[in-house]
Order: sequence, then structure tokens, then C-alpha cells
Amino acid sequence: MAKITFDNLAHSYLSEPASEDDYALKEINHDWVDGEAYALLGSSGCGKTTLLNIISGLLRPSQGRIFFNDVEVTDAETAERNIAQVFQFPVVYDTMTVRDNLAFPLRNRGADASYIAQRVDQIAKMIGMEEELGRKARGLTADAKQKISLGRGMVREDVNALLFDEPLTVIDPHLKWELRTQLKSLHHEFGHTMIYVTHDQTEALTFADKVVVMFDGRVVQIGTPQELFERPEHTFVGYFIGSPGMNLLDAEVDGRGAHVAGTRIDLGAGYASLDGRVQIGVRPEFVRLSSSGAGLPATINRVEDVGRHKLVRLTVAGHDINAIASEEDTVPSDNVMVSFDPDRISVYADDWRVAAEGEGIQ
Amino acid sequence: MNKTDNQKAWFLVLPVLLLVAFSAVIPLMTVVNYSVQDTFGNNVFFPAGLEWFRETLQSDRLWGSLGRQLMFSGIILLIQIPLGVYIALNMPKKGVWVSVCLVLMSLPLLIPWNVVGTIWQIFGRVDIGLLGYSLAAIGIDYNYTQDALAAWFTLVLMDVWHWTSLVALLAYAGLQSIPDAYYQAAKIDQASRWSVFRYIELPKMMGVLMIAILLRFMDSFMIYTEPFVVTGGGPGSSTNFLSIDLVNIAIGQLDLGPAAAYSIMYFLVILLISWVFYTVMTNLDRQEGQ
Repeated sequence: MAKITFDNLAHSYLSEPASEDDYALKEINHDWVDGEAYALLGSSGCGKTTLLNIISGLLRPSQGRIFFNDVEVTDAETAERNIAQVFQFPVVYDTMTVRDNLAFPLRNRGADASYIAQRVDQIAKMIGMEEELGRKARGLTADAKQKISLGRGMVREDVNALLFDEPLTVIDPHLKWELRTQLKSLHHEFGHTMIYVTHDQTEALTFADKVVVMFDGRVVQIGTPQELFERPEHTFVGYFIGSPGMNLLDAEVDGRGAHVAGTRIDLGAGYASLDGRVQIGVRPEFVRLSSSGAGLPATINRVEDVGRHKLVRLTVAGHDINAIASEEDTVPSDNVMVSFDPDRISVYADDWRVAAEGEGIQ
Repeated sequence: MNKTDNQKAWFLVLPVLLLVAFSAVIPLMTVVNYSVQDTFGNNVFFPAGLEWFRETLQSDRLWGSLGRQLMFSGIILLIQIPLGVYIALNMPKKGVWVSVCLVLMSLPLLIPWNVVGTIWQIFGRVDIGLLGYSLAAIGIDYNYTQDALAAWFTLVLMDVWHWTSLVALLAYAGLQSIPDAYYQAAKIDQASRWSVFRYIELPKMMGVLMIAILLRFMDSFMIYTEPFVVTGGGPGSSTNFLSIDLVNIAIGQLDLGPAAAYSIMYFLVILLISWVFYTVMTNLDRQEGQ
């Protein structure tokens, strides 16, 4: 178990990166707190796997240093780092039995036979493969193989960190839920530092204490699921977290108000004057619909009843936005006006959140 | 499911039947025909029963050639398969050197058998050949025209030079198909280099290696041109392989009956060994899966 520190870390797959765009992972300084469960969330190709491979030493960063418990390991081999990593697609040793597969990392480290046997049984129980221990790994389903991979990742107790690279992609949904719960209880039990890469927000939010959102090679926000929901630091976070994502409207911000297509919207707080592209963001949960009164005129395109609530698709000032209305609410049919909860509006300049005057710097 | 009963469908098989008949069965039957007949010339034949088979099986000639043939195939397989795998493991995985390696390795495969024979025939000569002359110069008694061991050495070396590339290329293709994640996982699991070979590379190469072994076995078992050009079966009959022996009977002595019987048995031996080989390999494969 270890604290992992990134110091000015960046990586480019090109040998001579010229501009910032050439970096798959842009400069990052961060402490991964010992014993915390992190989810690394972002769309494909945003640098999540690169980051993971740098931690495990499969990749040497082209810039910066990495420390485990304040000891530099930038040039240390994967084996020396004592890391467990599970990959997106199942990696099993086909010619070995399931038991040998699970025992392999322990045997390579010269563990005691009785300890190995006990540990393998424990892991087999955890992944529900006690029955199959004696058979060869070849010919098992992708599900089963991935469970073996997971098991191999968890079999060592003394690892510095456990890294998961979208490990549940090939697993069927029912089992996914079960394994995720297992991983979580494993984390509670042993307190390993865990980093879990995924592009599935539900997976990230249920698994992790802290969610790290990445976008285009950059870490845009690190926070608890609640923080990500309530105050997304970047428009990408707003859009990526939540179902559907945050609504964004181009606006001119002036003191305590925003002007969208000629209508003033109260922001509930004051803002300094802003440069660049200014947008206001509000989550669909905090959009109110009415057939009279103040607000922005809107047209309803579609109402989807998803059971727990109604999802209303609207057009406001040329933007498509979403609103969530409760099952009891009647959705007005004409003269629709939308308004936003003032406390729940975030202001963005060039995609980054702007703190209101008097708000603590995040 | 309801199956339609339509016996006319048999006609659909007819084209294949005809094709196989003309390409394989009928030519083979002419050989079978010769093997059970005798002649005193003038194109007059009379049945000889299984006489030729009996005679061939009882002569030491067939058994001697068969023994030499098996030994030759055994030796070259024992050298070429491990060597080919070793070369493949050490070839670059990406970059410009990949193509350079591939081209260099393919070169021996493109040279016609006759030419390969001639190259080694000259290369090994003690008077003008680089290999023979050099060996003689450093005091090694090497003369493939007089010494059976030297002749075998030359033939084996020639075959290794000619065909190891094939094994290496096949093994290389097998290696290239292994996803990076396997090597990464092995690093994470702290597997040794040997473990990586034993548990990742070898199992993934097994399929192509089976093909390589089968191909190399059949090819070496039928080898004719190269030893014929280099040693002509000599010295004595020390490099007289089945095919060389067969040609001597059929063309040298014009004994068509015994040659036909010999051919059929030669063919059956290849068929038998390949079948046994294939069955054993696929069974091993299936057992591993359980």
C-alpha cells in the first residue's frame, strides 16, 4: 500500500513532441492518497490507460517523476513496483489450470506453498470459481477468463496499488454488478490504493471514493461523486456526468445576471467580467417548466417517460436542452417558459468553471 | 426440421467426383495396375499378384532407405524447429528492420532445389569450395564424396540453411498475433523470461508450429533433388533416400513392377505418418482444453 505522487508528469508517444497537442497525457501534479479508491473516468483515448501504464511502469513517462511513498520509482521496473493490474481484455495462461493461473503471481514471488493454497481458495471463492479450479483455462468463456484475470490481480495482499483498466467490459451486466460489489468490499477489507479506469459513469460513481475525470489528456476534475454532480469544474464533466448531462447555454454574464438571447437570468451570485466564450450550465434536474411567468421561451420537442421521471427535450434560443420533471408534474403544452434554480447555475468561461465572487477557490 | 428427400442431389457431387478421379484416383490406379503385373516386353502384361510387394518388403533395400529417410527427417526436425523458434523470438517486432529480416529470411526459400543442390555441391568441394577448402585448411578431414558422415553433415546443413526460414517465418507470424496485454500481464505477475516463453509464447505458437512440423516432415521425407545433385545417394548408399532409391529402380533398372509396388508403399508410409502425427497433435490440443 502506498501513496503515489505525480510530479510534473506528462507523456507523449512521439519522440519529439512539439506542442501540447502531441501529449497523450498533459502535465499533471497529483497525490493519490494511500488506501483510497479512485475511478478514472473519461471517454476513449483521453489518456486513462496511459496514466495507468505509467503507474505500473509499463510505460516510462517522457517528462516528470513518479514516487511511491516518497521514493522515486520513475525508472523502476514493473516487477519492483509491486503493482497489480487487470486489463480490459482477459489475459489468462491458457495451458495452466485455473488454480495455477491464480497461484502464478505468488509462485513467481516465491511464496510459501501452504499460503498459496489458502490464498487461491479464498480468491476462487470470491470470484465464484471454486468448481473450475482444476480445469485448464483454455476453452473457458470470456466472462470466466476475465474473472481469473481479476482474481490474479487480487491474489497478492501486499501490493502497492491495484489498477483496473476497464476490467468489466466483457462481463455480462448481472455479474458486473456482483464483481463491482466484490471489489468494493475487497477495498474495505484490505485498504489497497485502487485506481479503476472506466468510461461508464455509473461504474465510476458506485465504485469510487474519488472520481478523476479526464478529458483530452488532462485531468479536469477530481472530486467525490457529489462534487462532480453539483459543481462540475469543466463543461466536459457537466456533460459526461449525469444522465442526461448538463445543459449549456451561451450567455453574456454581467454582475449577478446572465443574458441569454435577450432574457436576463438571475445567477444568485456576482461574477467579475469574463473573457472568452461564456456559457451557463444547469443540470436537467434544476430546470423548471411553466406555462406562464418569467423565464426563457421554449419549444417542447419530445417528452420521454422513463418511469421514475419524465425527460423533456426542449429547444431554447437555438440550443437543445433537457429537463427532468417528476411523474406527477404535468408538462405544459404551450407558452412554455423555462427557468433555472439560481443556486444551481454554474458559469463557464472557455469551458472552465468560474467561481462566483465570495466563493472559495476550489 | 423437415428434410426434403431428393436423391437427385447426388448429381451435385458428380463434378467433384470427376475432378478427383482424373486428378488423383486414375493416375494412382495406373501405378496400382503396374504393381500387380509383370511383363517380358512388347507391351504384353500378365498378372503377378502381390509378388512385387512381397519381394520389395523382403529386400533390405527398402528398409535401409526407409531407415535413412526417417533419420534424416528426424535430424532436420530436431534442428530446424527449435532453431526456427529461436530465430523468430529474436527477430525485431516492429520498425524498418522487420522487412529487412523478412526479405533476408525468405531468400533461401526462393531458390530452386536444383540450384540449392548445386550451390552446396560446389560449396563443399575440397578443391574449390569455400566450405570444403576451409575445413581442409584447418585440418579437418572433410570429404563428402568419400566419407558418409561428411555427406550427411553436408546434406543436413544444406537443408537447415534452405528451410529453417520457413519455420522461423511461421513461428514469427504466431508470435506477432500475441496481444501486448499478455506481455504486460506477465510483467505485472513477475514472470521469468522462461515462463513467458513456456506459458504465453509457446502455447500461442502451437498451431503454426504444428503446421511447420507437418510441412517440414513431409517435405524432408520426399526430398530428392538436393541429395541427388550433391551426393547422388553416395558414398556407397549412405545417402540413398527413398525417392532416390525409387528412381534408381524405376528409371535406372526399368523394373516397373517393383517400382510401382515401392511407390505405393512409399505413399502409404507418408500418409500413415502424417495421419498419426496429425491425430496425436490434435488430441494433445483437445486434452489441453479440458
